[in-house]
Amino acid sequence: MKAAVIVFPGSNCDRDLKVALTQSMGREPTMVWHGDSELPDTDLIAIPGGFSYGDYLRSGAMAANSPIMREVVKKAQGGTPVLAICNGFQVATETGMLPGALLRNARQKFVCRDVDLLITAENERFVGGFEPGEVVRFPVAHHDGNFYADEDKLNELEAEGQIAFKYATVSGDLTDEANPNGSLNNIAGIYNKAGNVLGLMPHPERLISKELGGTDGKRFFDHLVNSIG
Amino acid sequence: MTEITKDIVAEHGLTEGEYDEVLKILGRTPNLTELGIFSVMWSEHCSYKSSKKWLKTLPTEAPWVICGPGENAGVIDIGDGQAAIFKMESHNHPSFIEPYQGAATGVGGIMRDVFTMGARPIANMNALRFGRPDHPKTGHLVSGVVAGIAGYGNCMGVPTVGGETNFHSSYDGNILVNAMTVGLAEADNIFYSAAAGVGNPVVYVGSKTGRDGIHGATMASAEFDDDSDEKRPTVQVGDPFTEKLLLEACLELMATDAIVAIQDMGAAGLTSSSFEMADKGGVGIELNLDLVPMREDGMTPYEIMLSESQERMLMVLKPGREEEARKIFEKWELDFSVIGKVTDTGRMVLTMKGEVAADLPVAPLADAAPEYDRPWTKTKAPAVIKGEDVAAPNDLGAALLTLMGSSEIASRRWIWEQYDHMVMGDTIQRPGGDAAVVRIHGTQKALAITTDCTPRYCYADPETGGAQAVAEAWRNITATGGQPLAITDCMNFGNPERPEIMGKFVGCIEGMRRACTALDFPVISGNVSLYNETNGTGIYPTPAIGGVGLLHDYAKMTTLAFKSEGDVVILIGELTGEMGQSLYLKEIEGREEGAPPRVDLEKERKHGDYLRDMIQKGLVTAAHDISDGGLGVALAEMAIAGNIGADITLETPLPPHAALFAEDQGCYVFTVKPEDVEMARGFALAEDIPLHIIGTIGHTDLKIDGCLTISVSRLKDVHTRWLPELMSRPGSE
Repeated sequence: MKAAVIVFPGSNCDRDLKVALTQSMGREPTMVWHGDSELPDTDLIAIPGGFSYGDYLRSGAMAANSPIMREVVKKAQGGTPVLAICNGFQVATETGMLPGALLRNARQKFVCRDVDLLITAENERFVGGFEPGEVVRFPVAHHDGNFYADEDKLNELEAEGQIAFKYATVSGDLTDEANPNGSLNNIAGIYNKAGNVLGLMPHPERLISKELGGTDGKRFFDHLVNSIG
Repeated sequence: MTEITKDIVAEHGLTEGEYDEVLKILGRTPNLTELGIFSVMWSEHCSYKSSKKWLKTLPTEAPWVICGPGENAGVIDIGDGQAAIFKMESHNHPSFIEPYQGAATGVGGIMRDVFTMGARPIANMNALRFGRPDHPKTGHLVSGVVAGIAGYGNCMGVPTVGGETNFHSSYDGNILVNAMTVGLAEADNIFYSAAAGVGNPVVYVGSKTGRDGIHGATMASAEFDDDSDEKRPTVQVGDPFTEKLLLEACLELMATDAIVAIQDMGAAGLTSSSFEMADKGGVGIELNLDLVPMREDGMTPYEIMLSESQERMLMVLKPGREEEARKIFEKWELDFSVIGKVTDTGRMVLTMKGEVAADLPVAPLADAAPEYDRPWTKTKAPAVIKGEDVAAPNDLGAALLTLMGSSEIASRRWIWEQYDHMVMGDTIQRPGGDAAVVRIHGTQKALAITTDCTPRYCYADPETGGAQAVAEAWRNITATGGQPLAITDCMNFGNPERPEIMGKFVGCIEGMRRACTALDFPVISGNVSLYNETNGTGIYPTPAIGGVGLLHDYAKMTTLAFKSEGDVVILIGELTGEMGQSLYLKEIEGREEGAPPRVDLEKERKHGDYLRDMIQKGLVTAAHDISDGGLGVALAEMAIAGNIGADITLETPLPPHAALFAEDQGCYVFTVKPEDVEMARGFALAEDIPLHIIGTIGHTDLKIDGCLTISVSRLKDVHTRWLPELMSRPGSE
């Protein structure tokens, strides 16, 4: 399997994502500079966390207009799996690959902590390694992770099974306390309609070994790599 | 041309004597630009004129020290051809005036100091002091400072892994914001600041120069008064995105061999960077100020030289390498401009619009900066307060709960959850423990990092307080299993022209000197911040210590959390029950009195070496040192972190409140599996270490026989609630 990680000026989880993918794939992903206009032949495109272009203007807004993103959108439309984490999720909503928007956290502050996530939809490629209804733990670290969509869109996402993860208690209850940023319906991650683009605020690449405090992220990447093959 | 009057000299913070020296060096009257340059170079902040004499007494060498104080940061050898580079620096005055930008640019500045030397920053820490919790400005300042640190560090993608925070009325008008960065470099590829090679190009890179921060270094060298808010224009504005680009561009260029010397533009901007580079290299420099990238029109040489615009660097390149370097900086969309060259004249010659704007001799200006032996008085030793002389509380459990929810002990989670403490994927001990631990990427090694100081001890007895700050940093690293290697210091004090303040400084340095020597824990970098006073009231003396240690195998790291039921709890060291300056006295009796706990450096070392040895043998399941709040608080913290209780029995002749809450030094609590108790005892006996088996882990309560029984969840609730409640008061945003 081959993977590509998109690197913008200001990306800062690109190395972490590379480490996680390398651990699961047994080979390194290709790092693709934002100014490049062509993507290498790849089975997975990953858009990392960070502060692309300083997140000036609006998180992800400027990165969405970089040359490489036109290619990413094209590939996504052609069915290539895209994993967009944190700032990557923001970029994906700005390009229109994913619906909704990520607003400033409800408490107005940056928040960095482990969160528990309920797996709310089936998607063999991305979460087939977990049981349906299982609760997994990844950390969040963001200032703008408050998911918003209008009511119709929200109902559609729920009805179509496009909601990938919801912030939950360790036993799977969707409470306000478990929601770190005020996201509507406790939404932490969503799929596009076709199910080949996943955007999520939490960072699975940060919990990939016992020393780091957990291995749910490793399980996530191991399965993703297996399912893509 | 502006005539240099007495008033102008005074406005530049130069004394009459210092100005006479300027006239002597130049043999003529300086122009305004030259006077400005003298004023910043000779400011307390840049020249260390009051502190130099005493700083020289600190030990700075060890076989593992590659570079001690004097460069942008200190460097230690951590084996396998790798070096750790670190420093802590203050940004106190700007942070009080404009907390967000003041703190943010403090973080930006210290990271630049570290990557200037060729290191990629891998961890940030901080040491913060705010006024009393109910002071009307405290909430606003905490909120702004924390957001500023987070805003800069998070965007840079460098984890902020911990720190310390105190609240005390002595900081009501002068908060302290000390930021520390630790970086990783190859030991044979470290970059220094000495300019060399006559004719070599001098290059400016990074952001453009604007009018921000002019005279920041002079501001940082004066007391505050009620009009200090008007100094807001002297605070710089940070741009972490540009700094992230600057970091990547510098590291990319450093992978080539094009750089001769490099220096970041920090306090006193282009002036101090160019003079330091020329002075260290024993050369001259010519700069054409027309070539400096500028953000605003019509800037004068005075403004260009004194601007403290952020995210800028000055470099000397090898001849002919300019284009290669330019390409890298242009790729990262940063300014790159050859603005001058190295000369053999020993003079700094600045030209603008074809005219000489300044022509100054480098060495006299940099080296002949004034150095003062300020008069000082020794602090009178306060009386020891024995446990028997402190009334027993009605309820020991209530006393423990009061301490757990007090300003000095309550959880700092509200702060560190705003810092991205996990980015880079190597944080293996997160904030909240004794020291943060960060892996050296791709190896089994890790660095333990801590910041420590107990200002109330330093105020009561500076020598003991200075020694205690160093000892506590050493102890916190030890408790994770790390070998303490070196420290950086941030010396925050009041007005040194007052003999009692100078005496606190001298005393703290002497205590630090003794501890650094006894613990083989040299000072490799640091910073001095004086004049932390408002309307004549000084802060508590605060020599903040940033310590770094090495774990050869992070698999053996310990944390303070109680692990599993049945583990045996052991106390290392003897309790004296002396309660002077304890938090118990402050929080329960409302008095800050007496002598701080004694620091016996010989015992400190023996006890710590024993614990580290036990950890490295794999026998220890949890470890924590005793500090603020004493044994009782230490046990409660271990229980909260592990979410499990303990059954403790103390056999001691001391009154229970003294045994539980005296802040005895050189003591640790650790746990072992029951089958390992005899082995721990055996090693202790051989080394003559006092060990006391005090209980076992289990159940959901912390039970101290005959003293108290409190559920761990209650302890946790009290411990975590305080800071969020403080910060949800109106006006805290």
